[in-house]
Amino acid sequence: MIAVRLPTVLRPFAGGAERVEVEGTTVAEAFAALEPPLRRRLTDEQGAVRRHVNIYLRDDNIRDLDGLDTPLTDGDELLILPSVAGG
Amino acid sequence: MSEAVLLIGTKKGLWIGRSDAARTEWRLDGPVPEFEMQGVYAVGIDTRGDRPRLFVGGTSEHWGPAVFHSDDLGATWAEPPEGSIGFPEGSDASLERVWQIQAAPAGQPGVVYAGTQPSALWKSTDGGVTFDLVRGLWDHPHRKEWGAGFGGQAVHTVLPHPTDADRVSVAMSTGGVYRTADGGATWEPANQGIQAKFFPDPYPEFGQCVHKLAGHPDVPERMFAQNHHGVYRSDDGGTIWKSIADGLPSDFGFPIVVHPHEPETVYVFPLIADGNRIPTGARCRVYRSRDAGSTWEPLSAGLPDVSYVPVLRDAMTTDTADPAGVYVGTRDGCVYASADAGDSWVEVARHLPDVLTVRAAVIG
Repeated sequence: MIAVRLPTVLRPFAGGAERVEVEGTTVAEAFAALEPPLRRRLTDEQGAVRRHVNIYLRDDNIRDLDGLDTPLTDGDELLILPSVAGG
Repeated sequence: MSEAVLLIGTKKGLWIGRSDAARTEWRLDGPVPEFEMQGVYAVGIDTRGDRPRLFVGGTSEHWGPAVFHSDDLGATWAEPPEGSIGFPEGSDASLERVWQIQAAPAGQPGVVYAGTQPSALWKSTDGGVTFDLVRGLWDHPHRKEWGAGFGGQAVHTVLPHPTDADRVSVAMSTGGVYRTADGGATWEPANQGIQAKFFPDPYPEFGQCVHKLAGHPDVPERMFAQNHHGVYRSDDGGTIWKSIADGLPSDFGFPIVVHPHEPETVYVFPLIADGNRIPTGARCRVYRSRDAGSTWEPLSAGLPDVSYVPVLRDAMTTDTADPAGVYVGTRDGCVYASADAGDSWVEVARHLPDVLTVRAAVIG
């Protein structure tokens, strides 16, 4: 299982949970397994990660890895963090 | 017992004003938790059904855009799991912002339109829960030439014909006015007479920066437009536009609305110029015409005598009560309401974030 840890603001889209567990061998597969209202807040309708959303696998932003194609193994944890943006 | 509801969309969330039918004393609820920190560019009130449905189109800088609706006057909000609006897979576009949510006239139950950024029109036939892309406009050969103004490239106004379901006019910045007479299959630009000072040819077929479009159901062929410099009226469904700005202190501004019961009565909010976007005379003044734009009068009772902030394109509206209510929201977060068609105003809110949109209705 892959764990996806959520910031407070996204927990209402996961029934209040701080983390959800899904199956997947890549980030894209893991996201595809998320409930749609949560998934839509991480990626747009073409599947691209939203510009100001950061997704970390351990200490690495997946943008610095293989993006949504980044491979995952059982027990991995994805940390979702909003970037510093806006005013 | 009638009550009035006033939706206030701001750069950082939604507030809801509530009043009795007199509309002189308002209670303000908000920010509504579901939309905190979201730019609420579109709100709507559909009063056609058994109970009113409220709409909110908000965009989070982080988590993207979404449209929610409420059937209990804002107590609870819902969206469909896959979202209300999304470009089809492979269309090479994704939704950035919803600028307009407009219920169709009463003769088209369930039909609700939405205008978005990037410039696209959407049609719902399930009361505004889910929307389909109107392909005829999206596939228009002009689309690649529509530009982005300061606010982004968007269809920001949708004006359905009051009786003919096949006819709809939209306005976009930039691009101008487009209209369909075949239910959205084909669209033609309708900008003849509207100036585009930012082009070498100031009267192009399309490309104008129309800021807002308005009409009255009793006079379907007449439309009013506040342009990026220029205030216009068309008496033939948008074929020819003529200036009605002569009696105004400036022809620059963003909103334009029509009185709900007097098709000749129009409201604008003049700003000095494109290069100086503060109210003329540095006074917060709504201008009203009661003769379809031939003459104008400033409305001041209850509005600030000193103000340096604009009213944005969707931040002026009316309700449909009698006497008519008129509402304006400013970029410094104030909202003013008139329950006598603009003769006098009361402050509903102050110190909110920039007001982007307001809609009001008297219900029950």
